Amino acid sequence: MSVKIEISQKTRTKIEEICKSFNNEPGELINVLHKTQDYLGYLPAEVQEVVAHELKISTAKVYGVVSFYSFFTMIPKGRFPVSICMGTACYVRGAERILDEFKHLLKLGVGETGADGLFSLASLRCVGACGLAPVVLVGEKVYGRLATDDVKSIVEEYKGGGCAV
Amino acid sequence: MDKIKLIIDNKEVSVPKGSTILEAAHKIGIDIPTLCHFELKDLDIHNKPGGCRICVVEVEGRRNLAPACVTECTEGMIVKTNSIRVLNARRTVLELLLSDHPADCLVCAKSCHCQLQDLAARFGVREIPFQGEQSSYQLEVSPSIIRDMNKCVMCRRCETMCNELQTVGALNAIERGFPAVVSTAFNQTLANSPCTFCGQCVAVCPVGALVEMDHTPKVIRAIADGKKTVVVQVAPAVRVALGEEFGMKPGTIVTGKLTAALKALGFNYVFDTDWSADLTIMEEGTELIDKLTRHLNGDKSVKLPLLSSCCPAWVNFFEYHFPELKDIPSTAKSPQQMFGSIAKSYFADKIGVKREDMVVVSVMPCLAKKYECARDEFKVDGNPDVDYSISTRELAALIKQANIDFKSLEDAPFDSPLGESTGAAVIFGTTGGVIEAAVRTVYEVLTKKPLPKLEFTELRGLEGVRSATIDVDGFKLNIGIAHGLSNARKLLNEIKEGKSQFHAIEVMACPGGCIDGGGQPLHHGNSEIIKARWEAIYEADRNMPIRKSHENPSIQAIYKEFLGEPCGHKSHELLHTHYFDKAKVIEVKLD
Repeated sequence: MSVKIEISQKTRTKIEEICKSFNNEPGELINVLHKTQDYLGYLPAEVQEVVAHELKISTAKVYGVVSFYSFFTMIPKGRFPVSICMGTACYVRGAERILDEFKHLLKLGVGETGADGLFSLASLRCVGACGLAPVVLVGEKVYGRLATDDVKSIVEEYKGGGCAV
Repeated sequence: MDKIKLIIDNKEVSVPKGSTILEAAHKIGIDIPTLCHFELKDLDIHNKPGGCRICVVEVEGRRNLAPACVTECTEGMIVKTNSIRVLNARRTVLELLLSDHPADCLVCAKSCHCQLQDLAARFGVREIPFQGEQSSYQLEVSPSIIRDMNKCVMCRRCETMCNELQTVGALNAIERGFPAVVSTAFNQTLANSPCTFCGQCVAVCPVGALVEMDHTPKVIRAIADGKKTVVVQVAPAVRVALGEEFGMKPGTIVTGKLTAALKALGFNYVFDTDWSADLTIMEEGTELIDKLTRHLNGDKSVKLPLLSSCCPAWVNFFEYHFPELKDIPSTAKSPQQMFGSIAKSYFADKIGVKREDMVVVSVMPCLAKKYECARDEFKVDGNPDVDYSISTRELAALIKQANIDFKSLEDAPFDSPLGESTGAAVIFGTTGGVIEAAVRTVYEVLTKKPLPKLEFTELRGLEGVRSATIDVDGFKLNIGIAHGLSNARKLLNEIKEGKSQFHAIEVMACPGGCIDGGGQPLHHGNSEIIKARWEAIYEADRNMPIRKSHENPSIQAIYKEFLGEPCGHKSHELLHTHYFDKAKVIEVKLD
């Protein structure tokens, strides 16, 4: 699934600059994509076409790399991206129930973004805070030792625009 | 060169340093099975991902089995290619591959030509013990190529052809793990990708994942329809390859049997694309003479070099990748399209048949020709000049279906008037041939002197990029030739940078030209077959009584009674075309 967008001249120029900072070197594709996703939050098809054009490689090759690495996404993340750690420690301490609760409350599946663009839901593998298991990240804020009952208050915290991430 | 000695299956073998176990084994008659491995060494095409693991062998002192296709030989190496461990591993690999492969061999277009099927037969697989998830991709049907990725074995040969040989970049491996597959950017259709429909991916696919769009049922229906006059044309490269489908030696020239078979199939008129190749030379040659004359007279507006335009995959390539150069190629239509245009005007009138009651079929070594004849600019009120283009392989299938014993057919001639041709036309079937044919005519028309020699061997060969300077009575005519689109790209980049020294350039998309087109009998990586076809093309030229296009009496006659002069008004209407900017435009919105 992808989102069809029209990219602005500003975005285009920014992507060109990123490519240029890596000397338009095809071997730097992954680094270029990282920087571009840092800037835009995701890598829509049109953006991949610009990258392909600048690095003089085929769009199919860029898409091949984007679709290979789970870190890259073609779907824009929400303003508050929720990531549930499904690493072993979190998993055994009930991460799946936490994830189910988020799915239920946000009405989203894993990898989806809400129509209002507020939340997106993702699962990830071990964030290295096993002592806090189960762990949830909202943006860069870490919530540890969660129980299913805590999920509702986290969602409420951000619903009205929440605190900045 | 350094030599290495090793022992394979108790036999000693000595090979040059850098050789693989597969190559060393082959040298002593040990046939290690392969699947993903594909090479056309003489054409510098290599696909060695070492991914399928069918070729694994046991190497003494090494814990894991080694893939023979990518493992280099070392001094004193002891290899076993048929130990029980090896055989069990190969069988398991095969069974795993088969567990995610549709078991519809009976109705698969690749049945009997499938390398996975061959392996299953070779290993005597009688059941598939692994049951699990199966891929389910949508079948894609394009004008030339059908993609059924459920059958893909991820050998990635198509990707190598598309990216390295052709630099087209339509195909790439996407996703990872089980969902990994070869696809286009964003899983678009081939028609929405930069695909040129050259068909080289189809030519190397070991299984039924990539096959041609089969038009034979439509051709059979047209022949059976009593109201239709069905006219067939045959491209030059078909006659040096079709015999292979009937067990004949590669390079056998089967023109007479081919003509007889087409007559036996029930075509009303059996004509020759070689006839319209001669016509192409008259038009393209005149265009070159005109440009050269103006250039020599100091006209700065003349754009040189003139690029050939016979190859439809090449046309698609520059429309997609070099649209800024679309004014440079010759406007002459390809021989297939010139034939269709003349058949449905001049010839239809001559025999008193209405355009809509005539069906023109072409037999081509090519899959891009299917796409070409479906282009809108080659239609009159929606009626195409060429209705159906079938490949050499499809024709072979038709002949077999119709109970025709090809090998025992008596030779038959082409019909008149669109069947007469020259040696210049038949060499259109290989790289360098179109430009050699053009030179034979351009020389005599320009200098009004007879050619000092007929064969321009300096234009021949199988190197990817070639150049030659021809002395045209004092004028040095610089010619460039490329086959394989990666090589064409090099010449186009030179033109873009203003560095090109050529007056004329011939490009054919497929390696070796049409003789190795995407619609030819499968060669399975044996470049000797391509070389045999290549030699046969020049032999066919030598066998012709007339070897210069402008001396073809039937071509002279059509100019006299119908077309007027080359590049004249009528020619422009019927025999010339224009090109489009098909570069994918990225929409840019200003803030």
